[in-house]
Amino acid sequence: MSLDEYTRREFKQVGTRVRRPDGVDKVTGRALYGADATAPGMLVGRILRSPHPHARIVAIDTSAAGALKGVKAVITGADLPVQEDNFIRDVQDNCMARDKALYDGHAVAAVAAVDAATAKAALKLIKVTYEILPHVTDVDIAVKPGAPVVLAGRTLENVPAGMSENVTSHCEFGHGDPEAGFARADHIVERSFRTAATHQGYIEPHAALASVTSDGKAELWCCTQGQFFVRTLCAAIMEMEASQLRVTASEIGGGFGGKTTVFIEPVALALSRKAGRPVKIVMTRDEVFRATGPTVHTSMDIRIGMTKDGTITAADAHLRYSGGAFPCGTVDMGAQAAFAAYDLEHVRTYGWNVLTNRPKEAAYRAPGAPQAIYAVESVIDELCQHFGLDPIEVRLKNAARKGTKSSYGPTFSDIGLVATLEAAKQHPHYCAPLAPGQGRGISCGFWFNFGGNTCVSLNVNTDGTVGITEGNPDIGGSRASISLMAAEELGIPYDRVRTIVADTSALGYNDVTDGSRVTFAVGLATIKAARDAVKKMCARAAKIWGIDEEAVEWKDGAAVPAGPNAGKFPPMALAEIAAVSFETGGPIAGHHEVNVDGAGVSFGVHIVDVEVDRETGATKVLRYTVFQDAGKAVHPSYVEGQMQGGAVQGIGWALNEEYIYGADGRLQNPGFLDYRVPVASDLPAIDTVILEIPNPGHPYGVRGVGETGIVPPLAALSNAVSRSAGIRLAELPMSPPRVLAALDG
Amino acid sequence: MRYLAARSAREAAEALSAETGVTRILAGGTDVLVQLKSGIVEPDLIVDIKRIPGIAEIVPEAGGFRIGAAVPNAVLGEHAGVVALWPGVVEGANLIGSTQVQGRCTMAGNLCNGSPAGDAVPGLVAANAIARLEGPTGTRECPVAEIPAGPGRTTLKKGEVITSILLPARPERAGDAYLRFIPRTEMDIAVASAAVSLELGTDGTVAAARVVLGAVAPTVVVVESAGAALIGSRLDDAVLARLAAACEAACNPIDDKRGTVAFRTRTAGVLARRAALIAYARAGGSK
Repeated sequence: MSLDEYTRREFKQVGTRVRRPDGVDKVTGRALYGADATAPGMLVGRILRSPHPHARIVAIDTSAAGALKGVKAVITGADLPVQEDNFIRDVQDNCMARDKALYDGHAVAAVAAVDAATAKAALKLIKVTYEILPHVTDVDIAVKPGAPVVLAGRTLENVPAGMSENVTSHCEFGHGDPEAGFARADHIVERSFRTAATHQGYIEPHAALASVTSDGKAELWCCTQGQFFVRTLCAAIMEMEASQLRVTASEIGGGFGGKTTVFIEPVALALSRKAGRPVKIVMTRDEVFRATGPTVHTSMDIRIGMTKDGTITAADAHLRYSGGAFPCGTVDMGAQAAFAAYDLEHVRTYGWNVLTNRPKEAAYRAPGAPQAIYAVESVIDELCQHFGLDPIEVRLKNAARKGTKSSYGPTFSDIGLVATLEAAKQHPHYCAPLAPGQGRGISCGFWFNFGGNTCVSLNVNTDGTVGITEGNPDIGGSRASISLMAAEELGIPYDRVRTIVADTSALGYNDVTDGSRVTFAVGLATIKAARDAVKKMCARAAKIWGIDEEAVEWKDGAAVPAGPNAGKFPPMALAEIAAVSFETGGPIAGHHEVNVDGAGVSFGVHIVDVEVDRETGATKVLRYTVFQDAGKAVHPSYVEGQMQGGAVQGIGWALNEEYIYGADGRLQNPGFLDYRVPVASDLPAIDTVILEIPNPGHPYGVRGVGETGIVPPLAALSNAVSRSAGIRLAELPMSPPRVLAALDG
Repeated sequence: MRYLAARSAREAAEALSAETGVTRILAGGTDVLVQLKSGIVEPDLIVDIKRIPGIAEIVPEAGGFRIGAAVPNAVLGEHAGVVALWPGVVEGANLIGSTQVQGRCTMAGNLCNGSPAGDAVPGLVAANAIARLEGPTGTRECPVAEIPAGPGRTTLKKGEVITSILLPARPERAGDAYLRFIPRTEMDIAVASAAVSLELGTDGTVAAARVVLGAVAPTVVVVESAGAALIGSRLDDAVLARLAAACEAACNPIDDKRGTVAFRTRTAGVLARRAALIAYARAGGSK
């Protein structure tokens, strides 16, 4: 059972702010990112992309491109296999269109040439004959009967009749009888909201180097959050056996969920196979925006009833999410997360996934939750304003606790929401005075967190150091955290442990770095691999001492006799046991393989102060504090970094970031100039308060912390703007023109 | 693509004049390199003017300053004399790009790029700055105000190169200011902007005023009526309202991803009003 892993203990190293193992390489430029990979004879791969949002590909003539001197391979969708499985087919068709181009930027052909100039010239020689089709890029239009159909035949049986064929799936969660609950409310607020699609905005563009040999083996180096999943997808697309394709993940310059699938990797492999030489593809920023995976854009209706003392009597939500041109399940997560922070008797959420002519969405920190929770927390705030109630008190009054049956089904075990709200209430920020024209907003946030398939090896070296091999790219400090947990468990100093991220040939399968799973799940497997090694080291000591294995225990980094009856031997440290291991049975290693359950859910509360310039609509963020339950903060600096990073990305989402499509269906702002992530001067220092309510599902009580932080900022900002400017916006981003228009009524 | 590092303005003008293909002049390169990278232009000839002797210098002249065409804006921003005389021009120039871009970009380049949103241009126009051009037929002087012709276009003739810009002398009680609106706090392009240059009379009221708007029309706009509204005043609220109304009336902006027509028009008036107050204070005015 996964909920009895935790044992209370005093930590010696976990919880300290040790040196980052990757810091020196990153600040000196030595770290090897995706685009740094090279191979002898390497070709440059470039991709031709559709300028049309929706068009039938009538013909592609690659003959002139193929004949150009220096061009070694040209491929189109016809070079890839016909896939039976819907999921794999969607991934493949997103990497290279087959019959239809489904969005502006959709790949339609690719070349590999001896240099970039030749590759660019070759792209211009490819003649694509398009039959332009009507397009739809807005979820509210796409959902209506009669809208242009993006992909036919993908609607699941549970979608009610009468909707557009773009509606591919429906979900419903909740319990009780909402109508009965609404009848008991003193006031009901019902509002509709819209949120724009946003991009993760990772600084490193996607890059891949593929080398396929003539005997069918392949190497792939790429920038990814999950080398094993890349192998699964690419092996299916290339029709290869997993053992023949080795994938190595590079150092990663940001992912945030956006690097959990493939875009260019199968294209590089297919080009390499055809050319017989290594092929590298590096995306431009323009390609990253147009053809990787932004978030869903949404349209939502929220209804919440409350009594005048602040008790929520009922709530429901209708969510319409569009993740672009292919079906996705993100709305299911939004529908489950929407009311997770509340203990509700009557609650119901309904979700619909809708296809539009936009790029296929990818995960982005707590996928689906920020949008739904933005809408819910905005309505809660409006109810607080209506009754003149304190927004934290109302949330405390209705907060989910241990034993609450959640709005999505499971009953919560130990959770940290009440403690987090109490910490926010008592923090100096919450009672600090505001100047006229300033407004303060708060919001709760929630994320499920995830465990998953994990495999770790821990090798005890003869010099007394320890090497850990794990299979998840380090996107948030996991190497330091994993080393810390191993050092803690083994009782040796942190700097004696080094953790490396292995390629797909070195370990069993590891799920993608997602769901805030790595410090939790890989940490758990590391602790258990360390315990496995400890058991073996105790056995070696027993052998040396000539006593039973059961008579030896591990204490402070050394084997010791277990009690007076075991005999009198001085402690034998890890380094001593390791030094003589060749004489006592050979190398010592620990392993652990597991599909981890028991990821503890995580709650956060954010407080923000803003001031709206009533003449320009510009919002200045004055002060920001994040409160979040980390279970156990293994490396507090990294945990704070996650909390701050989530808040900053959420601030961008709330105020300025958006995918802007023109009437022509083309993306208007595929670059960081007009896709506005916050710059440092836009932001105050983001203060953090870490709560530690141990997760029963982890030996040290760890919960994932990577995602929850992006959930509250959207509503926190909207609620603060409402209280600063006296207007309530129901659409994100709250860009200055939109705020000024609202102020002008 | 050929590259020429010209050793004199004459060599640059002659090379540009003789070239039949597409040309680009390279000073800081902060616009040209972006155009090259994004494939907007594939020049046949690039003429680098940075190595022309004296072109990267700031020289006092007749109570004002002659700013060489290759003076990086970061250098301009550290020149105490220019900052003291024309603080509004310098603050506009120093808003372009990032810290790194500031080390390369130039006012002349910003002017020649032809963008109606160029941050250096409204201040130069408000200052009545004069550009010196080297062309196939010799040297000529041209008010900066007459150089922009529309988005991406200038009135420069084929083969002409700006070699310097003269910021003129000004009376003791004078001040200027530049403000722009961007949705974030740096590294952006103006959605609307305003430069105001004022001279005060002995009684402390405005004796001369020049109000210039950016990013609200195909070129920067000199709003004569807005300047006239300030004359004889101490910028009381009614005067500032007339200034804002005159600016709004002069706007002819586009609707695009960066801002709506209504938003650009509204903020242009707001920025002009705020810039006027800063310029007035810099001129030593008190309300």
